[in-house]
Amino acid sequence: MPQPRKLVQGNEAVAEGAIAAGARFFAGYPITPSTEIAEILSRRMPEVGGSFLQMEDEIASMGAVIGASLAGVKALTATSGPGFSLMQELIGYAAMAQVPCVIVDVMRGGPSTGLPTDPSQGDVMQSRWGTHGEHSMIVLVPSTVLECFTLTVDAFNLSEQYRTPVIVLSDAMVGHMREAVALRVEDLRLARRGEPDCDPDEYDTVVSTLDHILPRPDLGSRFRVHATGLVYNRRSGAVDTSDPEVAADLGLYLREKIYHHRDAIVRVEEVGTEDAEIGLFAYGSVARSARAAMKAARKKGVRVGLLRPITLWPFPTGAVDRMAEHVETIIVPEMNIRQMAWEVQAAVAGRAKVVDLGRVDGRLITPAQIEELIDREVDHLRAR
Amino acid sequence: MLGLELDPDKVAVFAGIGCSGRISNYLNYSTVHCAHGRALPFATGAKVADPELKIIVVMGDGDCAAIGGNHLIHAARRNVDLTAVVFNNSIYGMTGGQKSPSTHVGDRSTTSPFGNSEPAFDLCELARAAGATYVARGTSWAYRQLVQLIAGGLVHEGFSFIEAMAICNTYYGRFNLTADSAEFLRLQKEHAVAVDKFDVDGPRLRDLYPVGVIHHVERPAYSDVFSDMRQKAGGRGGG
Ligand SMILES: Cc1ncc(C[n+]2csc(CCOP(=O)(O)OP(=O)(O)O)c2C)c(N)n1
Ligand SMILES: [Mg+2]
Repeated sequence: MPQPRKLVQGNEAVAEGAIAAGARFFAGYPITPSTEIAEILSRRMPEVGGSFLQMEDEIASMGAVIGASLAGVKALTATSGPGFSLMQELIGYAAMAQVPCVIVDVMRGGPSTGLPTDPSQGDVMQSRWGTHGEHSMIVLVPSTVLECFTLTVDAFNLSEQYRTPVIVLSDAMVGHMREAVALRVEDLRLARRGEPDCDPDEYDTVVSTLDHILPRPDLGSRFRVHATGLVYNRRSGAVDTSDPEVAADLGLYLREKIYHHRDAIVRVEEVGTEDAEIGLFAYGSVARSARAAMKAARKKGVRVGLLRPITLWPFPTGAVDRMAEHVETIIVPEMNIRQMAWEVQAAVAGRAKVVDLGRVDGRLITPAQIEELIDREVDHLRAR
Repeated sequence: MLGLELDPDKVAVFAGIGCSGRISNYLNYSTVHCAHGRALPFATGAKVADPELKIIVVMGDGDCAAIGGNHLIHAARRNVDLTAVVFNNSIYGMTGGQKSPSTHVGDRSTTSPFGNSEPAFDLCELARAAGATYVARGTSWAYRQLVQLIAGGLVHEGFSFIEAMAICNTYYGRFNLTADSAEFLRLQKEHAVAVDKFDVDGPRLRDLYPVGVIHHVERPAYSDVFSDMRQKAGGRGGG
């Protein structure tokens, strides 16, 4: 049955995506521009038999989310820059103890209180490297209201599948804009939280491999669960911080369990990249301007292609590789200063010129700004 | 022994970080060794998600009253149905003897070499004022009483808080009272006064504090509030 299209806000789509994904627990602390997610879920969670908690701060929110997930309920929190910073220690806990959960960060200008109501992409590195120590991270960046919905569902699926925290990295522009969309819940594929298929007594000796990650048994089940933020022996569950082999085994596993599946996890959208001489690498709300700039340039006869990461982390190295092989220049517009441009430059490794276009004044990067840069780069190319 | 009839599958122990937090390694229940100060938020989330869990939270005094102090007062205010046990050794044991919010004025520690200039929290009064519905204090010396006090917390519905006066002869004792653990335990016997014999208006000191059930009232536990809310929301018609 086709669903009617409705005018939906990005944050609202995130909230509905969480419900559709089967999340039944939200804990959070109000902060602009993410607050609508909490407000909507304070109503929606009890309606579907779930729980909504307004905690005393973002650290407590993240702790409650981990506790709820350990108890067997899919759980999320939503925040923005200052709160995201506060959550980092416990995001690291979730990575270490392999607790599935979803963190939505609706980015605003920073650092500190910064520009509370203006969009930014200043947290792209924090989303990957914000917590201390070695681990992997999956970060999804929506650029439309529909993607706020679908990527929140994907985030839950990925977090269950890989037993890891997953971040949905939205921003004030995507979170607050409205688009006419149909949020289809019928044909969603949902990961379920199953019990490990072994005897409870054997659980500690059955080891997850990169290709077979055991589901996490829940507190209150027949299994004895021992979650810890300390280094533990992956083969016995025992805490053992004195054996370097145990630490190395865990550290590498936490990284590889994501990177090994990079091809299945990483998603990008590529438009007009096959014949492009100039490439655009743009994500989130900026990708919308980049798309418009690309169309305008193509009308003028300039072959511009757009690479839009949907998965920001793991970094889409393969797609950047492909682009670097045949474009002369890659332009990276982003609402920060060179955060992803550095990463692109590293992947390109000198095969093309990388030009950054940064903005940290709380204003959007306009199509005109990108077009201007395209024109300038075309002039350089033609002058050669 | 205590006739508590706990279903071991349903028990979950949440521990903080510190010497006290290491308890999670010694128990044959499901355990969650949380981050420093955060055991109560973890436990709150778990209890709300699965009200059938029987939750015990174990914290150190620094864990519970310094880095986790905000969580303590809010868990007490919410009356989350769990039993919180604080091992109060008046010091940061794990990190080697720094002062904590329950180190008394004048006490020496590795970060108060000239004597502590800050007063200590009375953890039981703090929990009571914040809304805890069962508050008790016991000592390692009178361990049978302490076991009974914890059992009282486990049968209580709502936020129960038990301050277990622990001894850290290695640091706190050596710096302030005695390095001899047996002697330290014996001192606890002298310092502890039954709550009904304690002058409620008098000072609580390092060497003089009340033990026993300090506060006990009934009020709806947090998980019950949630089922009410779900009913209300359902009544409005979901979808
Ligand atoms: C965020 C953070 N800050 C500091 C520490 C270091 N640390 C570990 S245990 C501890 C204090 C322990 O004291 P207490 O809570 O009283 O427990 P005890 O060891 O005395 O039982 C500290 C400061 C930490 N692990 N995490
Ligand atoms: Mg202590």
